[in-house]
Amino acid sequence: MTTKEQRVAEIVAGHEGREGPLLPILHDVQAELGCVDGESEALIAKALNLSRADVHGVVSFYHDFHDHADARPEVQICRAEACQARGIEALMADAEKAAGERVRLTTVYCLGLCSAGPAARTRDRLHARLDAGGLAQVIEAAR
Amino acid sequence: MIVRISDDALARALGADELAEAFARKGHEVQRTSSWGMHWLEPLVEIDGRGFGPATLDDVDAILGLALSPSGEREEPRSGGGRGEQGDDPISPSGEREMWGHRVEDHPFIARQQRLTFARAGKTRPTSLEDYEASGGWAGLRRARTIGGAQVVEELIQSGLRGRGGAGFPAGIKWRTVAGTPGDQKYIVCNADEGDSGTFADRMVMEGDPYQLIEGMAIAGAAVGADQGYIYVRSEYPDAIRKLEQALALCKALIHPFRCEVRVGAGAYVCGEETSLLNSLEGKRGEVRAKPPLPAIEGLFGKPTVVNNVLTLAAVPHILAEGGSAQYGALGIERSKGTMPIQLAGNIKHGGLYETAFGVTLRELIHDIGGGTESGRPVKAVQVGGPLGAYLHPDQFDIRFDYEEYTAADALIGHGGITVFDDTADMGHMARFAMEFCAAESCGKCTPCRIGAVRGVEIIDRIRAGGRKADAVEALSVMHNAPKSDRLPEQEIALLTDLCETMKWGSLCALGGFTPYPVMSALRNWPEDFMPGREGAVQAVLDRNEA
Repeated sequence: MTTKEQRVAEIVAGHEGREGPLLPILHDVQAELGCVDGESEALIAKALNLSRADVHGVVSFYHDFHDHADARPEVQICRAEACQARGIEALMADAEKAAGERVRLTTVYCLGLCSAGPAARTRDRLHARLDAGGLAQVIEAAR
Repeated sequence: MIVRISDDALARALGADELAEAFARKGHEVQRTSSWGMHWLEPLVEIDGRGFGPATLDDVDAILGLALSPSGEREEPRSGGGRGEQGDDPISPSGEREMWGHRVEDHPFIARQQRLTFARAGKTRPTSLEDYEASGGWAGLRRARTIGGAQVVEELIQSGLRGRGGAGFPAGIKWRTVAGTPGDQKYIVCNADEGDSGTFADRMVMEGDPYQLIEGMAIAGAAVGADQGYIYVRSEYPDAIRKLEQALALCKALIHPFRCEVRVGAGAYVCGEETSLLNSLEGKRGEVRAKPPLPAIEGLFGKPTVVNNVLTLAAVPHILAEGGSAQYGALGIERSKGTMPIQLAGNIKHGGLYETAFGVTLRELIHDIGGGTESGRPVKAVQVGGPLGAYLHPDQFDIRFDYEEYTAADALIGHGGITVFDDTADMGHMARFAMEFCAAESCGKCTPCRIGAVRGVEIIDRIRAGGRKADAVEALSVMHNAPKSDRLPEQEIALLTDLCETMKWGSLCALGGFTPYPVMSALRNWPEDFMPGREGAVQAVLDRNEA
């Protein structure tokens, strides 16, 4: 048994007895392995007695699951209406420059800080009332 | 000295944790409470009921100095509830800050509200069972258990509570349907997939008063005969997930035999639609289901299921407490009863959570309470109800917060979010964004939404580009019926209007069905942002289509 097989098996076992366990399992696999690739999909499918297509359909539907790992730190930037009203679009060019190749900038639609945007998130840490300098700092500090 | 600082995600995003640490290092007891909802003052430090905000690390000594000085000297300038003060800058010309040693509770933004769902906001520690019990917690559940399910449903119907997620369906009727449907297993599902931009009331309930939501779910369980609940929270809310899990672990015995579990979404906006949410909970793609069957009859795993929004369920404990139903039903206007937690967001000076009875006008909300735009520029547009809500023009600001009044104006209240834009906003761009958002978030099940949204983006691009050249394929001699001439932008506008009609009436759920609201309202109200200098042409097309 490879390590991946073992880890996926442990994760699946950890959710035994739960109703509709697929999403919690996928979250755990994504968190642990950085992605849900084809191999993990097949392992999960087998363990839950689903077809590989069923699992792939779910993985590919949700924005949170990725089929390959990206080791770069991620900064999520909210670009929904409220943050647009507070000027996020004007900050994007500089943000992309600050990110370069090192940091992955992803767009999210709403972090729930709509009265204090522009807002961003790194892991479980939120940032609000960002201006160009503040956003650049967040991006540079992302690990 | 006891220093109170919110641990709401918004306060934390603005440095509340670091402030709390600084006060703790000075030897003071720091209590982390929920947020008052005055977001422009966060992080807000509260000592003996007096507030200091927004506070930075540099202010710590000054705050302690002022707080230690004999109380009262800074209190008299503030006359609670008065109008006009809302427009003041945080730092007035005399150098005095809006909230610097003043009583938080007397601030007009708080004093003018009618807080029921947010009665504890700013006052209690979110996961403290002691605070919850001391502020009337569990009274609704205790009473619900004594009076029995049928009476609970009856009182909920009497209160007039309507679903706060957006559709506004009477909550009591939904509960009655589930209660009356036979089934060995029933479920209570809380829709906490608050994906609409400009809304954060669900987040504030989950982070600031999680027991209230859990109590509401337990009451629903007792009313309809369900012993299992699920709270489906979006993954963008890590703080809410953590707090709910803590709270559920602490109150397990109190809600027994009802059991409840948090489930985390995975970044799909459409999962805020109830049937899509149920599929997601079952571990499937979050595709929308056709209705009927209603979830109340065949919901989660095909069992009778109550699906309610966070705000709906959080309003229940108050309604079920002694006399609560009558009190709730006495508030509001027409068929919109009770209070609505309104969220003031976007480019607004005093953004935050404002709970009040239905009937308040947009003008009051934006100008009197919200203080106008934060940028100080004139208000150009206001989007009410999230990404699927209409853009309202300042000429329409007399509209009252009421489900029917908004529907009549081709707009929606949705989840009560209000996003303000100043005059730098390009409404043609916002209309395009609405279509783009729909295309990105469509579940793909129905054609009007999946394909219509993509075509919508293309058409808006062509309108803004001033029409288009005849298509190479159209120009082929074999294409007998295709027009051979270039297209004018007004022809594209007619096409966009048609497309919006198709999406509105042909989509399975509100995502495709309501995306036309922001698009068409932007087109109607700000034609100059689509065809600069030729507004009349836009109007002519719209008039023709309506005729």
